[in-house]
Amino acid sequence: MRKLALIGYWAVTPNPACIYHSLRHVAPMRIRDLLFVGAAFCALVQPASAKTIAVSPGEGAQERLQEALIAAEPGDVVELAAGRFKLSDGLSLDVNKVTVKGQGALKTILDFSGQQGAGEGLLVTSDDVVLKDFAVENSKGDGIKSKGADRIVYHKLRVEWTGGPLTTNGAYGIYPVESKDVLIDSVFVRGASDAGIYVGQSRNIVVRHSTAVENVAGIEIENSFDADVHDNIATRNTGGVLVFDLPNLPQMGGHNVRIFDNIIVNNMTPNFAPKGNIVANVPTGTGVMVMANRRIEIFDNVIGENGTTNIMIVGYRFPFQDPKYDPLPREVSIWDNQHSRAGWDPKFPGGAEIAAAMGGSFPAIFWDGAGGSEYTPVIQDDVPALSLGLKDVAANTAMAQPAPLARATSRPAGLPAIVLPEAMEAAIR
Amino acid sequence: MRFVVPFVLAFAAAVATSAASDDSAALAIAGPQSPATLSAFGFFDGGAARPSSRLIPYELRTPLFSDYAAKQRFIYVPEGAQIGVDADGKLIFPVGSALIKSFGYPAKSGGLNIIETRVLLHQAQGWVALPYVWRADGKDADLRVGGRRVPVTFAHSGNDLSINYSVPNKNQCKQCHSAAGNIMPIGPIWQNIAFPRPADARAIVKAAPALARLQPYPKWDDSRTGSLDDRARQYLKVNCGHCHAPQGSASNSGLFLDGSATGAAALGVGKRPVAAGRASGDLDFIIAPGQPDQSILIKRMESTDPGIAMPELGRSTVHEEGVELLRQWIAAMPSNTH
Repeated sequence: MRKLALIGYWAVTPNPACIYHSLRHVAPMRIRDLLFVGAAFCALVQPASAKTIAVSPGEGAQERLQEALIAAEPGDVVELAAGRFKLSDGLSLDVNKVTVKGQGALKTILDFSGQQGAGEGLLVTSDDVVLKDFAVENSKGDGIKSKGADRIVYHKLRVEWTGGPLTTNGAYGIYPVESKDVLIDSVFVRGASDAGIYVGQSRNIVVRHSTAVENVAGIEIENSFDADVHDNIATRNTGGVLVFDLPNLPQMGGHNVRIFDNIIVNNMTPNFAPKGNIVANVPTGTGVMVMANRRIEIFDNVIGENGTTNIMIVGYRFPFQDPKYDPLPREVSIWDNQHSRAGWDPKFPGGAEIAAAMGGSFPAIFWDGAGGSEYTPVIQDDVPALSLGLKDVAANTAMAQPAPLARATSRPAGLPAIVLPEAMEAAIR
Repeated sequence: MRFVVPFVLAFAAAVATSAASDDSAALAIAGPQSPATLSAFGFFDGGAARPSSRLIPYELRTPLFSDYAAKQRFIYVPEGAQIGVDADGKLIFPVGSALIKSFGYPAKSGGLNIIETRVLLHQAQGWVALPYVWRADGKDADLRVGGRRVPVTFAHSGNDLSINYSVPNKNQCKQCHSAAGNIMPIGPIWQNIAFPRPADARAIVKAAPALARLQPYPKWDDSRTGSLDDRARQYLKVNCGHCHAPQGSASNSGLFLDGSATGAAALGVGKRPVAAGRASGDLDFIIAPGQPDQSILIKRMESTDPGIAMPELGRSTVHEEGVELLRQWIAAMPSNTH
């Protein structure tokens, strides 16, 4: 019930800073209980030689901060003072076991509005890194990218394009890729012209207690294996939560993703992605979208006020030449979600016609029908669900032959919860 | 070519030597401390324009574009050690070697204004990359691991261009000089090297006769040295292939421009963008065959916006001549190749 009461609140809250503040009250109640244990544990695992390198904003911030990130040794903390760091270039960290820590996501700000080079604000390419309590604003490309960075922790960060949803904003806010063990906890992301939180070609992933506002895609898990996305808020995006699998990439065959206990409401920001991007195809007003992938579970979420639909399951519809790629979504299970209004303005070809034929509204759940009946998703939500009957994955949605999907009486055993290495959980206690 | 010569030849190549003491260079290269000044290595005799006689100068037939900067490249090999060559023509440098590259622009008074000198040091535990920025008096250069922006004005096509030249930080060195997370020289490949002193080339070939069978790679800007396709691919290999490789910084893109692509999509032909963001610029494909204006690759090369521009590092001007080559290459592709 707590969540239901919140829906109205999120839908009307205009100020992202308010959302950020409120975020603290929503989810992580356990943290306090574990503080003592955490502190004791940290004291034990901290290497004896670990030191803190303090960096303040002001003259020469670019070189001083970058030099600190280079000089840091495993076990060190690079501590950023409160204030606004005006940066002229991307920053990067390539040392294992370093913590970069600010004084809070509203107090320590890495300001990239004057950025002259590099494809992202901060790039991490080393393992066991913890990033927490700071903000990245207005980077020219991605906000924070970590590549091949195993066991990375993103905690209490804010990545924001402060002008709100603009096509000229960078692509991804928080962007781990090609990594094993990824924890994203209590972050706030706003304005990404692709995905606010994007996890690509990775495995063993947790995204939780986070808020994605006014991005094209709020949270996106792409070409990844084993992910839990839970206790997040995705609102005022074009699409709330996306699970995609794309061809022609080193890691394909995305599978085992659970989306649960999230609030995914009012994702009605008109799609502002440049056309060539895959997310430019996400219809405005999408709650959850699954494209290709195998073994996806969507349960216990609050999903509503999404004008196209609350949950969409589709195949990859573009031509491709990649024999290893499977364009069909398989083994998708949906249960116990609380739905509110959806489908009053479906933004995809043929959507309006289907809505009209169904009495003015598109159903809260739909599947394109790709692959035929053996791929039918298991649906146990108590709302209308529809198949578009498009067995051919490449068929135009305007050629749909809609048919209702029956409510399933049983569902397969659930996927196990994702477990991350204990040191990652300890790092945020 | 891979199987023409045995694996890991270990051909020894005698290189030029001089009587100069190598002690300071050996200490400076060995690490682990990074020398604060370039003079600690003894590579230059009091100025960037005066390389030590122990350095072997070399040039590249197709070089990486770096904002029209002129580059001076040198190899340092410790006394008595030898350069090897592998079966693909890649030079193998013994521990204690260094690759040295200076960047500058023509000075109004003639000669070159050298801004920075980057060194790649082959230490026992691997390679290390360090950037040194020359002082105003030109007598020595200081280590700047955090990188630096240096305002530069230079003449190009009759106009003065002013840019904020970027000296890369130490991590950015690695972004390009990286294979599977380790620092590596990007080459140099024998087929792409030219030695201005013929004796240097002769010495290497003498010790590794199989090299004589390797055809030189085309020069990207000389149509007598290769077909349009060959020259365009060589340009991509040198300018993009260090990141866009299966083990490189851009491995996640699935776009491989290092010569390893086996299918059209991996080369970008008919491939949709993955993480390009706004850099896709409303276009659908990395390369739209026959349509350079519809190709994201061209669009990104023509941009200087950091959120769009490729390569991501070391470029704040457009390489007009390189863009023109790739425009011709894409225009010549039959539009049904995907």
